[in-house]
Amino acid sequence: MNSSLDEMYRDIILEHYRYPRGKKPIDKVDVSTAGKNPSCGDEIDVELQVENDIIKNIHVDCKGCAISVASASMLAELVKDKPLDEVIENAEIVRKMLKGEEENLPEEFGDIVTLKGVRKFPVRIKCALLAWLTLLEGIKNFQNGDGRRNQIVSTEEQE
Amino acid sequence: MTSDLKSEIMTDSKKLSFDSSKIQDDFPILETKINGHRLVYLDNAASSQKPEAVINALDNFYKTTNSNIHRGLHTLAEKATNAYEHCREHVAKFIGGVSCEEIIFTSGTTESTNLVANSWGNENIGEGDEILITEMEHHANLVPWVLLAQKKNALLRQIPITTDGTLDLTDINKLINEKTKLLAVTHMSNVLGTINPIKELIELAHKNGALTLIDGAQAVPHMPVDVKDLNADFYCFSSHKMLGPTGVGVLYGKKEILEKMPPYILGGEMIREVSFEKVTFNDLPHKFEAGTPNIADVVAFDTALTYLENIGMENIRNHEIEISKYAIEKLTEIEGITIQGPLDETIRGAAISFTDRDVHPHDISTFLDSRGIAIRAGHHCAQPLMKVLKTVATARASFYIYNDRADVDYLAETVKEMRRYFRG
Repeated sequence: MNSSLDEMYRDIILEHYRYPRGKKPIDKVDVSTAGKNPSCGDEIDVELQVENDIIKNIHVDCKGCAISVASASMLAELVKDKPLDEVIENAEIVRKMLKGEEENLPEEFGDIVTLKGVRKFPVRIKCALLAWLTLLEGIKNFQNGDGRRNQIVSTEEQE
Repeated sequence: MTSDLKSEIMTDSKKLSFDSSKIQDDFPILETKINGHRLVYLDNAASSQKPEAVINALDNFYKTTNSNIHRGLHTLAEKATNAYEHCREHVAKFIGGVSCEEIIFTSGTTESTNLVANSWGNENIGEGDEILITEMEHHANLVPWVLLAQKKNALLRQIPITTDGTLDLTDINKLINEKTKLLAVTHMSNVLGTINPIKELIELAHKNGALTLIDGAQAVPHMPVDVKDLNADFYCFSSHKMLGPTGVGVLYGKKEILEKMPPYILGGEMIREVSFEKVTFNDLPHKFEAGTPNIADVVAFDTALTYLENIGMENIRNHEIEISKYAIEKLTEIEGITIQGPLDETIRGAAISFTDRDVHPHDISTFLDSRGIAIRAGHHCAQPLMKVLKTVATARASFYIYNDRADVDYLAETVKEMRRYFRG
């Protein structure tokens, strides 16, 4: 078998890709953002229900490659029931890991560490980043009192 | 592979018009191992590989002939000039026997279309004029016209495509009208593989007083093309997709049209006389070749043309009809796989796009690469076409002279393996 391939598509990643978390629509939507990867066409919608600055519920709908879907699924798992400020810090840590600036993740990050494998495929890093950048944009808009702003986040501009 | 299967493939390969396995020996790169596997190169619509003869020609030029051209009075300058101009003669002959004055060397198809847009387009397109393209254009034959239309307040119109990936000519008599100044259309789609009925379209355009530009980047490498018979006004293609080096393209233009066009890039070589007050331009084709051209690559392109002629363009077309037929058959057998483009191999080339109901093209490409297969995944520089096809990207396997049935079999088997891998 090919080792770098299996390192990118780890079993955990394929499992998230086949059975993504956060697919269930939520009743109350306080934050809604969309993101896309223009070069490969990945698209994502992220919706949050926020109470007292804590993410009570999340709905993620990602249409794209295995990496973008798995990354979005892992995000949904990690951020539920967390305060917004902590989620912003978490997203920053993931971004640093994908860019090779951070090696060791706190234990609570769980499966997310398996996304490290994409670093060997530089063009795929933005696939893994898509959900996180979209979430950050949504939180930023929410904190500016504009959580439902209908602006699409593009990974091309963020890099 | 079992010996039975192998001998069956061998027998089947003999049915092809020529022996691809012999041709493979001429391409050193095909011996490369990719991720531990034999390289199966199926990205020929992006760029072809080069035979040893072309690589040697490039090497030889720098070892024996290198010099600037046209100006020097020494032996090497004359030798280099002759070699460069010999390729021009060869190109003129290769596309149907046109005049050398009508062959302009550019850096590629993209520069060729840009030259026409900036020179002819800038002079001849005005407010309210119409430029007609198709929904299946590559960005090289799209972006220059979008910008020209914006700049001139002209209207850019598109011939739509049908669900089977051919041009929908239902309203063609409305789309081509007295306001149409230019019809710019691809000879063969780089995404769908569709070969367009350009001779008929050119005739229709001429009847309405419009000029025609044909993007032949995917056609000239794969079939006989006679620009005189087609009666095209401009015809563009690239060396690197037809066994030649990168950085060389061709713009064919009818002499009487080129003569009236202003130069596009200004500098040395394109002038006749220069003073601080006045510049007169050189004759065709040099008027459009300012500065030192890509001499060595043009000279090696000459060798690529000879290589293709030795095989015969008609034979290459027949080989690709057969390999397309076989590949379409093998790929459509696979559950979940859809071919994007015509299924009739006689109206298409061997650039075969497909999508998978469950797996994204980038995942397909990464997986196939891990098994030594090079394909292209993405929007193929045709974003408007992706919208029409209601997809974001496709995977594309594109075949050439060195690909055989064994390559198709390996592709089909690996696609099946890929589906098992991602779907679990």
